[in-house]
Amino acid sequence: MATEPILELKEVHSSYGRIRALKGISFKVFPGEIVAMIGANGAGKSTTLMATCGIIPIDQGEIVYKGEKINGRAAETLPPLGLCQVPEGRRIFPRLSVAENLELGAFYRRDRASIDQDLEHVYDLFPILKERRKQQGGTLSGGEQQMLAIARALMTKPKVLLMDEPSLGLAPLFVQKIFDIIHDINENAGTTILLVEQNANLALQAAERGYVLETGKITMQDNADTLLNNPEIRKAYLGE
Amino acid sequence: MIQEFNKIWKPYVIGLVWLLGLLWPLLGIHPDGTLSFGRTMTVWLYIAGGSFVCMIVYVMNQSGALKGVSEPLSATWIRASSFSRTVPTWAWLMVLMIAALLLPVYTSRYTQDVAINVLIYICLGLGLNIVIGLAGMLDLGYIAFYGVGAYTYALLNTMYGMPFWACLPLAALFACIAGCIIGYPTLRMRGDYLAIVTLGFGEIVRIILNNWMSLTNGPNGILGIEAPSIYIPGFDAGLSFELFYLKKLHFLYYIALALAIFTVIAVWRLNFSRIGRAWESIREDETAAELMGVNTFLLKLLAYAMGAVFAGLAGAFFAARMRFASPESFTFLESAMVLCMVVLGGMGSIPGIILGVAALIVLPEVFREFELYRMLIFGATMVIMMLFRPAGIIPAKRVGTRSEEREG
Amino acid sequence: MDYFIQQLINGLTLGGLYALIALGYTMVYGVIQLINFAHGEFFAAGGYVGVILLSFFAGLGYMETHPLLCLGGAFVLTMGYCAFLAMAVEKVAYKPLRRQSRLAVLLSALGMSIFLSNGLMLTQGVFDKPYPSEFFTGGFEFGLVTISYMQIGIMVMTLTLLIGLNILVFKTRVGMAMRATAQDKTMSALVAIGSNRIISLTFAIGAGLAAAAGIMVGLYYGSVRYDMGFIPGIKAFAAAVLGGIGNITGAMLGGLIIGMVEIFGAGYISGQYKDVFAFIILIAVLYFKPTGIMGENIDDTRV
Repeated sequence: MATEPILELKEVHSSYGRIRALKGISFKVFPGEIVAMIGANGAGKSTTLMATCGIIPIDQGEIVYKGEKINGRAAETLPPLGLCQVPEGRRIFPRLSVAENLELGAFYRRDRASIDQDLEHVYDLFPILKERRKQQGGTLSGGEQQMLAIARALMTKPKVLLMDEPSLGLAPLFVQKIFDIIHDINENAGTTILLVEQNANLALQAAERGYVLETGKITMQDNADTLLNNPEIRKAYLGE
Repeated sequence: MIQEFNKIWKPYVIGLVWLLGLLWPLLGIHPDGTLSFGRTMTVWLYIAGGSFVCMIVYVMNQSGALKGVSEPLSATWIRASSFSRTVPTWAWLMVLMIAALLLPVYTSRYTQDVAINVLIYICLGLGLNIVIGLAGMLDLGYIAFYGVGAYTYALLNTMYGMPFWACLPLAALFACIAGCIIGYPTLRMRGDYLAIVTLGFGEIVRIILNNWMSLTNGPNGILGIEAPSIYIPGFDAGLSFELFYLKKLHFLYYIALALAIFTVIAVWRLNFSRIGRAWESIREDETAAELMGVNTFLLKLLAYAMGAVFAGLAGAFFAARMRFASPESFTFLESAMVLCMVVLGGMGSIPGIILGVAALIVLPEVFREFELYRMLIFGATMVIMMLFRPAGIIPAKRVGTRSEEREG
Repeated sequence: MDYFIQQLINGLTLGGLYALIALGYTMVYGVIQLINFAHGEFFAAGGYVGVILLSFFAGLGYMETHPLLCLGGAFVLTMGYCAFLAMAVEKVAYKPLRRQSRLAVLLSALGMSIFLSNGLMLTQGVFDKPYPSEFFTGGFEFGLVTISYMQIGIMVMTLTLLIGLNILVFKTRVGMAMRATAQDKTMSALVAIGSNRIISLTFAIGAGLAAAAGIMVGLYYGSVRYDMGFIPGIKAFAAAVLGGIGNITGAMLGGLIIGMVEIFGAGYISGQYKDVFAFIILIAVLYFKPTGIMGENIDDTRV
């Protein structure tokens, strides 16, 4: 593993009006890793991802991607650099067709042949999407929408993929499939993955390292296995 | 300072170039097939010069170069306001009252005329303020109530000879009814839609007034309205009463002053009453207010009707003063002007609105040569106020405080 | 019967024009949930720049030799002008207020509307400005029913623009980006769609369509006035709401209906109160079915 992190947050503070959501977050993600970030509802996990992607402005601190400072940059400049997010709640475009949703994933790309190739690949991974490709996104089931969201993210050819609660509200079969895909793109395409999950068990089993987020601060960081076996973590997040 | 300048010169220059591009076709292309640049350049250079000065001042301010001037100024301001706080409010009010009462004695007819205008628009502004500033609803057809009040007196006087003082409460009543009629369907709508629908209603009222020839005489208006009259007791042959018309300007001034004072006191009392608090809760967060048991619909209707009442009173006075009423006086532009006064002065703040009204009536009189540019400046003022100081010159002081602000 | 058909033709012509203006309202509301009060002024500005250009061409003598070419040139230049005007207005009066309350943006839009219409008055005068419509007279007659060349031209032009817009919005990448931005701005940013650009583009297109309507109104009625944007603006807004604000097909439909109602109302009920019909429809729609005929397309939860 390279020693230079591909994504790093340094003492990031962010607030909603008078409420401070992030109070000095620092963490690193190295290339090719799968890193988990776990924490309770409202701990600031989604805020961290949104701040990283430039949707939410930060008050203090730095966000460094591939050695360059990206905080303050417009959000739409980041996907072409390889930094993409599958946000919480699927957020597919409800009144666009499945095919259009996928096309939008590749919006910044110009290489038509390569895009078509990726479309084929994605339809192979998710045959149900191919079947429903002319249907409007909003008419798909929850699990199908999550598939679409991930497929769309794949179309952006990410180098670093941030995933916000991919398993939320899905049947175990879908969840399994999603995590299979996560492993697949991590191993085969070398995509770095930052996985934010309330389901700590799933996240820590899939990841190599983990961070624990509590009310805007990182309270613990370690290898995923160590965290899984940590009695405090087990009590707080693994339901024991 | 160079740093601040660097940040802003590019957008500024681009803006000026765009302005030139947008301005030239309107001024420089002529129907005889010629193109000219002279007039365009003159106008553009004026604007460029003025905005350049503003830009330099802005840059200097941002970089702190003006601290030598602004700090002593704000220090003096703070000392002045703390001094003024030591003087009790009633003392200020006494001074103001005396000045207002003595105004007609020491000033010309022209000044009294302007003063009457100011007083009437204070009534209108405060009335509109109940709707916008207190209850948070944007009403663009407010002037319709002014018109209802005016035409009520006009018709009752010319058709039935009813005197002004009897018609005054009736004008308020009819305006209130109109407010309820218009308010009933519109108040269920969302903010943006409310604005346009009230605009639509305002226009409907104007169109009806303009076209219902048999009742309102249409665009010709109603002439021959009497001035307010009172009975003067005479003691020539026993006790007799003589009808005396208050046509003289200073009489009208005092009537207007009385109306304005009435409006100010009424709005002030409303603001600090339970109703005022309820309106504030609706303005801040309607859903929360509803959940707390506030009957939002009824209160909104009340705000709307109350605002209409003050407009009705002002309207009746307007008809009595002008002795003439026509639909031309009740256009959307008038509504927009009253709105501009409220916005400029400070929504929800009584001194603010008085200031706004005074500014927007007195300043155009002072700068009479720029009469043509009046509405242009009004429009620009609204945009600029929203961009830089949306709360107005004298913002309203909240009656309640937010919990987050208290905890700090 | 002839009267009915005549009114039908007139109604279609007018309805198409309202549809063009309504599209601007609906598209802007779709992306940033703002009722652009100043939109009527883009329509007026279009009318003015159109007459300025056409008179210019007439002065050079081109209108006699190549009237259609002049017309085409005027359309292109005017629509471009109004597109730039709209983008400037958006940058100055709306973009800085994106995080402010709805009231603030609404008031800014109102102020801008007053500013623009008075700007037109100051630069172009308070009197009606006549259009060189004499170059485009004549038409077909079928008994008592006449359909002028201008009416045909307007219907053809309107139809072309509407079809063109449909193709743009539903069949191109840019259109897809516009629809995505209207549905979910945050997600659009996450797939590299710059919402600022899309918003500017939306304003530009909406204003361009309104400008075309402005020229056609000027030609059809023979003149333009600095305050011509006010009442048609409200009626076009009513059309947009009737069709379902944010919905492009709805705006087209709404425009046609409002145009028809106005013409038939003026013809069969009362000519004096013709403006009132549109207002009544607006109030009725907002009271009974605020989402309009085709339904709103606003996702309130997506920012």
